Amino acid sequence: MAMSLAFHIIFAMVGIGMPLLMVLAEWRHQRTGDPVFLDLARRWAKGTAILFAVGAVSGTVLSLELGLLWPGFMRFAGAIIGMPFSLEGFAFFTEAIFLGVYLYGWERISPRAHLWSGILVAASGAISGIFVVIANAWMNAPRGFVMRDGVPADIDPLVAMTSPAVFPQTLHMTLAAYAATGFAVAGIHALMLRRDPGATFHRRALQIALIMAVPASLLQPIAGDISAKTVARLQPAKLAAMEGQFATERGAPLRIGGWPDEETATTRWSLEIPKALSILAFGDPNAEVQGLDRVSREDWPPVAIVHIGFQVMVALGTYMALVALWVVWVWRRRRALESDRLLLGAIVMGAPMGFIATEAGWVVTEVGRQPWVVQGVLRTADAVTPMPGLIVPFVLFTLLYVFLGVIVVYLLKRQIVSSPREPRQPQRARRTSGSPEPVPLPSGD
Amino acid sequence: MESLLTLPGVMAGIMLLALNAYVLLGGADYGGGMWDLFARGPRREQQRALIAHAIGPIWEANHVWLILVVVLLFTCFPPAFAIVSTELHIPLSVMLFGVVLRGSAFTFRTYDAQDDGVQRRWGLVFSLSSILTPAALGACIGAIASGGVGRASTMTSASFVERFVAPWTNPFVLGVAAFTLALFSFLAAVYLTVEAGDDVGLQRDFRRRALVAGIAVFVCAFGTLAMADVHAPRVMEGVMHSGVALPLQLATGVAAILAFAAILVRRYRLARLAAGAQVSLIVCGWGMSQYPYLIPPSLTVHDAAAPAVTLRLTLIALAAGAVILVPSLAYLYRVFKAHPSAFDGLEESTTGHG
Ligand code: HDD
Ligand code: HEM
Ligand code: HEM
Repeated sequence: MAMSLAFHIIFAMVGIGMPLLMVLAEWRHQRTGDPVFLDLARRWAKGTAILFAVGAVSGTVLSLELGLLWPGFMRFAGAIIGMPFSLEGFAFFTEAIFLGVYLYGWERISPRAHLWSGILVAASGAISGIFVVIANAWMNAPRGFVMRDGVPADIDPLVAMTSPAVFPQTLHMTLAAYAATGFAVAGIHALMLRRDPGATFHRRALQIALIMAVPASLLQPIAGDISAKTVARLQPAKLAAMEGQFATERGAPLRIGGWPDEETATTRWSLEIPKALSILAFGDPNAEVQGLDRVSREDWPPVAIVHIGFQVMVALGTYMALVALWVVWVWRRRRALESDRLLLGAIVMGAPMGFIATEAGWVVTEVGRQPWVVQGVLRTADAVTPMPGLIVPFVLFTLLYVFLGVIVVYLLKRQIVSSPREPRQPQRARRTSGSPEPVPLPSGD
Repeated sequence: MESLLTLPGVMAGIMLLALNAYVLLGGADYGGGMWDLFARGPRREQQRALIAHAIGPIWEANHVWLILVVVLLFTCFPPAFAIVSTELHIPLSVMLFGVVLRGSAFTFRTYDAQDDGVQRRWGLVFSLSSILTPAALGACIGAIASGGVGRASTMTSASFVERFVAPWTNPFVLGVAAFTLALFSFLAAVYLTVEAGDDVGLQRDFRRRALVAGIAVFVCAFGTLAMADVHAPRVMEGVMHSGVALPLQLATGVAAILAFAAILVRRYRLARLAAGAQVSLIVCGWGMSQYPYLIPPSLTVHDAAAPAVTLRLTLIALAAGAVILVPSLAYLYRVFKAHPSAFDGLEESTTGHG
């Protein structure tokens, strides 16, 4: 299941980010008339179609797999938190419909209507993701029921959907999708530009990808801080594990790196910034930060995994934000990005980082919540299926996903990344006359 | 019998409608995949192209019906979802495996190199998983209907095989699986006779296939019913003896004969209508035959239902969703209806920059 999620989440993120790229490119095309933007919009639309299909199948699998692996969880939580999953279905359906209009409607509807259907695709993709994360936020901060004799009573699904973890998590997740997809696409085209700085196609692609990636990467650490403050309030044990904080203390330091050792209850080899954790988590240098000593030993999450996961996410997030600042600086000085090989290199390095940060972030969220599936209410051990031999489906699905992942990457490369076969004309936008499939302009343009 | 017009009854009814939509739309997609495997004769490639063409633009959307069934089941009837997904772990996993392979193979075939070898390999994966998936789906439905799932979930000490394998491996369940396959291939062949439009050759190919599949449907239907007598007596009773059931059975029979006859006399549009009605009546008949039980022999729709607020909110969400979806769908069809050539652009826009 974690495997299916880890796989699905990548597709979901690209499924959120790619339609926005496509819309941005079409919008630039309509504003500037530059046909390269149109070519980009069409290529990204194909990418969206491929990812949408794979996202849909992997999502179908997940909705059943939740039950296959954790029937106890669904029995407990279905009535409380099934709603966002139903709503996600609608968001998905809307996305499917307008993606159909977008893909097959280039010549059939006005450019404005076409752009709007693209916007609807992008919006419903983002909303899909938000609904699911609402369900996850409820697992972290369950609301909307009371426990009576070990079963939930007085259920209120609307209250459950407005758990205090919802805002920080959905914001952080949505930004993550834009930052990660944007950086990945920018990285690919930056790599091409390093080889061939004159390629107009890659310059335009880089430009659009950065328009999406830069703001998202700059906002991400702020959103992450909001998340951390929420975790500090609602899940002190998770925060303690993230920070390797074993003892409760006032004026707690921020530990960067290091290795938390559960046996000796110390975090060794870390760089400590005095009082910084108290400031970050509670906005007060002398605030008390609860350590793991407040939680009984058997309720500790695996501290080292959570701590390392968090360090990885923050390190990568910091790198992405710094590169984003660098891009802003270059833009403000009106210099051409493609002539700055060092910056291009930095962007290339950032290409996989958003996805790695995302996986790390989910490890923090999910592993940090252990041993609970639903924080403080239902233990993971009570939710899992009695079916023996789970290793068999696990291995099979893992192999299947690895296989699919490889093919998707290969197809995306074939469909979108490869430069159009144009006679290269540096600094000038022109029709890709050598392209095997001429790109028709939308009617009325 | 408890009244259907209670909140849980209505939700169960909506689930059945969604399942019906999945069978009518998604089922035909699976059937198309089977015919892809059995593409024969001089027009083999045209047959495949027609199938791909018919599935192409819509299959992602068709999938949503299955998701809707699953989501409604776990939101509105959590205990039933827990039981089904525990006891039917194996066939459901097989089905999921098939769903993933099928959907991806179809997409990959569309977007991968147009070279024949590559295309054939994806095509084979696509059509084999088009058989695997509905067979597993049928087995799950058969296992629920026969009461095997319900009984397994209450066994206190059962061996692995008794609990996780036996419920879906008796002859009745396998009969339902075969019946599902026959039904889906019949639906697909009938739809394809219409899709073939004025291509008389293709139309003749799929007419022959529809007739063969139609006979298979009859054989499987009676075979399964015969086995129900021994292996799923409750089903037999439900199908034969409850008040609404008999008229439903009769109507199903009439629709089935009408569909078959219409194919014989080449009235394809009529055949499509009748085949759709036949399949819907079968799905409804199954639902009615086991009502008020969601998971026979003991868990009823009302016992399994989530608290009323959840059901009410879900119903409101469904209504609100419909308010968004209906105009969107209408728009989609208008865009393509207003431009009959719309789907001709399809090949061009889905085959890549080589
Ligand atoms: C591009 C990806 C990305 C980047 C650059 C960051 N994160 Fe993140 N983070 C995620 C992607 C992510 C995520 C995968 O999207 C998570 C998992 C669950 C969630 O809601 O978001 C997450 C979770 C998450 C949580 C746990 C939330 C919870 O358990 O409820 C915290 C405290 C942070 N993040 C904090 C940060 C900070 C301080 C960052 C500073 C740079 C940061 N993240 C960068
Ligand atoms: C709405 C979304 C999600 C739901 C409902 C969910 C549900 C769960 C549940 C019930 C568990 C506990 C069972 C177990 O430990 O095996 C769990 C654990 C886990 N989840 Fe999630 N999860 C979600 C999102 C994610 C995502 C996106 C990822 C990864 C990318 C992820 C990764 C994990 C991992 C690694 C564990 C294992 C923790 C451990 O066993 O220590 N989850 N999740
Ligand atoms: C927290 C992590 C998750 C995020 C951010 C996420 C987001 C998304 C997005 C954006 C899509 C649309 C795919 C596309 O357009 O390419 C999607 C599809 C889907 N997801 Fe997830 N998802 C997550 C976890 C889950 C889980 C735990 C389930 C299980 C119930 C699930 C079920 C689905 C389903 C069924 C689909 C297919 C289409 C539909 O919504 O009906 N997802 N997801």
